[in-house]
Amino acid sequence: MNLHLKVWRQKNSETKGHLVDYEARNIPEDCSFLEMLDLVNEDLLSRGDEPIAFDHDCREGICGMCSLTINGIPHGPSETTTCQLYMRKFKDGATIYIEPFRVGAFPLLRDLAVNRSAFDRIQQAGGFISARVGAAQDANSILVPKTDSDHAMEAAACIGCGACAAACPNASAMLFVGAKVTHLGSLPQGQPERERRVLAMVKKMDEEGFGNCSNYLECEAVCPAEIPVTVIGQLNRDYSLALLKDNL
Amino acid sequence: MLDPQHARKAFHAELCKKFAHPSNQCSHSIPRFCSAPSLNPILTTPKSSVNLLLKFWSSSIGKKWLVALTGLALLGFVVAHLVGNLQMFAGAAKINAYAEFLHANDKPLWVARLGLILCFVGHIVATLTLVKMNRAARPKAYAISRNVQAKISTRTMALSGLTVLSFIVFHLLHYTLRVTDPRFKTVAEGGQLDTVFDVYRMVVLGFGNPLLSGFYIVSVGLLALHLSHGISSVFQTFGLESKRSAQWMPTAGKLLSVVIFAGYASIPTAVLLGFLK
Ligand code: HEM
Ligand code: SF4
Ligand code: FES
Repeated sequence: MNLHLKVWRQKNSETKGHLVDYEARNIPEDCSFLEMLDLVNEDLLSRGDEPIAFDHDCREGICGMCSLTINGIPHGPSETTTCQLYMRKFKDGATIYIEPFRVGAFPLLRDLAVNRSAFDRIQQAGGFISARVGAAQDANSILVPKTDSDHAMEAAACIGCGACAAACPNASAMLFVGAKVTHLGSLPQGQPERERRVLAMVKKMDEEGFGNCSNYLECEAVCPAEIPVTVIGQLNRDYSLALLKDNL
Repeated sequence: MLDPQHARKAFHAELCKKFAHPSNQCSHSIPRFCSAPSLNPILTTPKSSVNLLLKFWSSSIGKKWLVALTGLALLGFVVAHLVGNLQMFAGAAKINAYAEFLHANDKPLWVARLGLILCFVGHIVATLTLVKMNRAARPKAYAISRNVQAKISTRTMALSGLTVLSFIVFHLLHYTLRVTDPRFKTVAEGGQLDTVFDVYRMVVLGFGNPLLSGFYIVSVGLLALHLSHGISSVFQTFGLESKRSAQWMPTAGKLLSVVIFAGYASIPTAVLLGFLK
């Protein structure tokens, strides 16, 4: 199939960027979106041009490294990640806009690659359990109700890709933070630090300059891990209770 | 025998030494057993309720709480005001007596008015601060942006809110301060009950103008749009939402706002159609 691409090109964070037209020719339908970009890049390289920079790693939908906003939707028209989006989802001859994730807290590095370390810093602020919970066999003696483990597992599916912030009209990271807080706060091992965790993560989230949730629900619609927006309700509840408990 | 509390303390001190964080801070979950400073600065900040309010306001979630609390108070007023207004349908005597009752208790009335003004100011300051932060969070816009499931009501909150604000200013000048329509000056004498101000007559006179009635209906429609998103948002902001309630909340919000719209719009419509005269 043949496609008209409009790709965001920008040398670095200092220079101005713009959309550049490319023709992608003879692309097999069973190519993934990233493989299509690989083919375009090979073509660019063979002509001595700079290839398009974009992020990727596992290419199997589990690492959260791929990004791209495709025709205005982070991860494009797929239910999963960009690396799991296949060209058969597009019509032959279609025009495809490819832009980076546009979030102030994710500074652009080059072309389509942005720096998502802000998520790492939020995670480092409290997205972990440091309470000692014993060795492997002790896990079996800590009883976790099935509903709680399901709840935690659902939230734990977050791969930290940043699509939620990229899709949110307010560039809010609350689906991501809500997923982490829900995941760790639903398990007994997460309880000792439950309050500290949510306070520290929200503080960091605010410092990094993300927006606030206005319940557009766009995050939930694009999330490749299908994190439900109810985790934001849990985040709000945990945060308010923790702040009260910490101060009264 | 060894004091168990003492033993635990000693054990913890051993652990702390063994697993000490490079910064020599303790990340242990029972800080009261440990003399090392806690890893997390939040735990060690001084506690006072002023601090709590300040912290709440300075956090994004705290501002959302203020929006939701003031929004709920305003919603309470909107419902109460509607119930009061619907007495138009019970006849002139009834609504005039209601107005008379309100004005006879002017101390509580002013307390309520001041509270409402505070809620308005708080709501607007908090929402506009949030809107500004949210704009700043995306300095560079997408060339193509597409909404997958965001509703119109959600996308127009600031617009519907500001339109409602300008409507409320007009509404106060119109029916509360009565400066926009010279005919209202004579209503007191010409009314059916000459001892009290004839609110009924005033409203019928006011809504006799189709243009003005249309403006009221459109404005109340925008208020309903604002509330259809607002009501379900409050649940989310307070964290009252669960998987199950997430399914009925948006419907409840829509239903309540439709009722509010129908209630308010019924009065100018009834005047225009000649049911109230
Ligand atoms: C009778 C008047 C009003 C009522 C009853 C009302 C009610 C509400 C409610 C219940 C919410 C949802 C709170 C939440 O998100 O949890 C809300 C949100 C909002 N209101 Fe109002 N409001 C009124 C007037 C206004 C005015 C005058 C403005 C003008 C600036 C405004 C701007 C907003 C905005 C921008 C939001 C969304 C905030 C966000 O989610 O980020 N509202 N309102
Ligand atoms: S919540 Fe979903 S969209 Fe957001 S970072 Fe996690 S996986 Fe990506
Ligand atoms: S490259 Fe790993 S999730 Fe897409």
